[in-house]
Amino acid sequence: MTLLERAGGPLVDGTELAVAAAGDGATKRDAILLSGVGRVFRRGSTRVVALDGIDLSVRRGEIVSLLGASGCGKSTLLGILAGLDQPTSGTATVHGRTGLMFQESALFPWLTVRGNIETALRLRGVARRDRRGLAEELLASVHLHGFGNRRPHELSGGMRQRAALARALAQDADVLLMDEPFAALDAITREVLHAELERQWGERDLTAVFVTHDVREAVRLGDRVVLLSSRPGRVAAEFVVDIERPRRMEDHAVNELAAVITSRLHAEVQRHARD
Amino acid sequence: MTDVRTGSVPVSLSLDDEIAGLDALDVADARLPGAGVRLWKAAWPKLAALGLALVLWQLIVWSRWKPDYVLPGPRVVFPQVVDDLRSGKLVRATLITLRRAAIGYSIAVVVGLAIGAMVSRWRTLRVAFGSFITGLQTMPSIAWFPLAILLFQKSEGAIMFVVALGAAPAIANGVITGSDHVPPLLTRSGTALGARGLNLYRTVTLPASLPSVLGGLKQGWAFAWRSLMAGELLVIVARSPSIGVRLQNARDLADAPQLVATMIVILVIGICVDSLLFATAEHAIRKRWGLIDPSR
Ligand SMILES: Nc1ncnc2c1ncn2[C@@H]1O[C@H](COP(=O)(O)OP(=O)(O)OP(=O)(O)O)[C@@H](O)[C@H]1O
Ligand SMILES: [Mg+2]
Repeated sequence: MTLLERAGGPLVDGTELAVAAAGDGATKRDAILLSGVGRVFRRGSTRVVALDGIDLSVRRGEIVSLLGASGCGKSTLLGILAGLDQPTSGTATVHGRTGLMFQESALFPWLTVRGNIETALRLRGVARRDRRGLAEELLASVHLHGFGNRRPHELSGGMRQRAALARALAQDADVLLMDEPFAALDAITREVLHAELERQWGERDLTAVFVTHDVREAVRLGDRVVLLSSRPGRVAAEFVVDIERPRRMEDHAVNELAAVITSRLHAEVQRHARD
Repeated sequence: MTDVRTGSVPVSLSLDDEIAGLDALDVADARLPGAGVRLWKAAWPKLAALGLALVLWQLIVWSRWKPDYVLPGPRVVFPQVVDDLRSGKLVRATLITLRRAAIGYSIAVVVGLAIGAMVSRWRTLRVAFGSFITGLQTMPSIAWFPLAILLFQKSEGAIMFVVALGAAPAIANGVITGSDHVPPLLTRSGTALGARGLNLYRTVTLPASLPSVLGGLKQGWAFAWRSLMAGELLVIVARSPSIGVRLQNARDLADAPQLVATMIVILVIGICVDSLLFATAEHAIRKRWGLIDPSR
């Protein structure tokens, strides 16, 4: 297990170092390229700097886990990547179509679960006659077979989040952006969905940015773990996860790296306490 | 199955089974009471209220506050209602009035929805007409009649004009308010799925504002019905013995039982439309959206 930590501020050459360490070089195009991305919110007369000078590149087919204290701008960053929001400074480039999964399920309450998925398919341009079958497949893949006729409110929080995952997968995105998708799930369901996500990722040549508060989950899923500092949000550190897949949350290597990252996270939070 | 070593259980299979088990725990169905029970539960408070109103009415009559020929009691009025229904005159009057209501309200729905949709979609229109529409809504419909009579003389057109004008602003406002109150998360969600412009409007904004649109339709109906009654009293069209005409005739002839009987019909129609049409639709939407506390 190689462990590559790049502490300190966002350095462009540091990112390149990480890319080089993963052994790909310039053959693969970057799926995501952020340079100096900043986002300032105006709240009344005050300015809230949510993001400040984020430099980050994500290779095609890579899973990047994004960690950081609450309020450090992770959701804001995903919003920018999904094209829902514009950076106030810097540039964000995303190659390919994005799919976004929100912190809350964000399913349409007036549609059934299947209707939600079929809407995603429709907006993607899938012909009407193919939608039903595809929707059933997607439902089965998140273990919601037979729940297609339910409305979102008739499901438990965990099932709702699985339906939201199915809807995000329905977009057949090149870049999947996930905002704490499994935070509300029990351990078992979460494990199943980790495996499912990994399977989809392997089959579809997905690139993914996965936001989580769970350090072990970040290590379990990511090829790389990116740590954001807060106020303003910056890239504080990056860790390459060189652990063979399939991984499990209980794996020794996963826990070892998680411990290292956690202590780094603590240091980051303490730095804020001193400020 | 006989293997007790936990390590040898195929992980994927056992996980799938467990997830199915968890789901089964999650969504246990409870049996619903039968349709008859539910109907009775919905109906008895209404029937009780009706009974109470009748008792109150009879008490006022018995108190001799007004003489019988001015304020008749239920025992005089209900036979009158039955007689009027039998003779066919009341039915004919009701049909004439309901036809007007249906046409006028339909015009209002089409116009109101179209204007509401346009104003809620285009910011400039919004700025220009938003408060104007609210202003129109507060305008008492009776104030339109002089103009309506000037424009259309004493005709069906004058009545339709006022009925539509009374209801359309409320309906348009329902659409506008609805699109103002779409949760941003749902709009973002639709945008993230790739919906833009008209597609986003159709996929997210319109369905999300359905409860508010329905509220507008309901309010619009109330305005339409009131305007129609005012119109039928003011604009009497020849050979159209509508409910309003009956009301006017009853007053002219000092026929109190017929007057009250006609008023009861007006009230019953209002209640029926509200509870059969709008309340049912409202309940269906609230249920679909999960806005009804299932424990109640
Ligand atoms: N629309 C907005 N207007 C004003 N401030 C905002 C807005 N959106 C986000 N912020 C601020 O930007 C900062 C980052 O918010 P964001 O939601 O991206 O955090 P987060 O890292 O996703 O947090 P969490 O882990 O709790 O989800 C916060 O301080 C928040 O208050
Ligand atoms: Mg967030």
